[in-house]
Amino acid sequence: MERKSSVDRNVCVACGACAKVCPKGAISVWKGCYAQVTEDVCVGCGLCARTCPAGCIAVKEGRVAR
Amino acid sequence: MKKKRWYDYLWVWTIVYFALGFFNILFAWLGMIDFLVPLFIALFGGGKAFCNRYCGRGQLLQQVGGCMKCSRNTAAPKFLSSKWFRYGFLVFFLTMFGNMVFQTYLVAAGARGLREAIKLLWMFRVPWGWAYTAGTVADWIAQFSFGFYSIMLTSTIIGLAVMALFKPRTWCTFCPMGSMTQMICKIKAGEKL
Repeated sequence: MERKSSVDRNVCVACGACAKVCPKGAISVWKGCYAQVTEDVCVGCGLCARTCPAGCIAVKEGRVAR
Repeated sequence: MKKKRWYDYLWVWTIVYFALGFFNILFAWLGMIDFLVPLFIALFGGGKAFCNRYCGRGQLLQQVGGCMKCSRNTAAPKFLSSKWFRYGFLVFFLTMFGNMVFQTYLVAAGARGLREAIKLLWMFRVPWGWAYTAGTVADWIAQFSFGFYSIMLTSTIIGLAVMALFKPRTWCTFCPMGSMTQMICKIKAGEKL
């Protein structure tokens, strides 16, 4: 299993603080609505989750590694 | 470390804005940029680029709370980013804004005199007379400046308070501009509000 960030879209305020800190550019704000994770790029470091002021990002056991 | 871009230094603008308003209140009108640009960006397809890139307020909170470590950096209470609080605060904020515009109208109509003071946190009146020489411009233009500067300073004070208590950008979770622009974007994208 790989660890990936996952966003609670219902809580996300789309401030973009996560996108600013992501070292891989794996998270971005989709059409100004909420943050979206590109799972192929995310390394699950958890920086975004630590930065998120709304606490809506969690690092979860994501999909099974190929 | 990511390469810094020109817009990563816009936190300087926030400091310059408040400094200018300290010496001459008429500069408060420049705050209209921070008010209108986010709305225009959201309305014309730019999404939340303002919050994400250009917001000097958010960057200042990140600088002071993050880089200077003036923040406890702990999770904020859930209610601060809940919908009822966000939209409630937006309504409250717009009501106070409307009240400020009404006060400006009263001065313009001659029903009330110009008051050379700013009001912090909608409660505390602080004399600010040194920043304005009576008669420089029409009274209502000056009154709007004092009112607008009050709003800007009040939101910064709240922002700094929640920055210190919780995470640096906690203000962003219930920032009225952020709520408004996200609302516009969600409506445009056909998402649930």
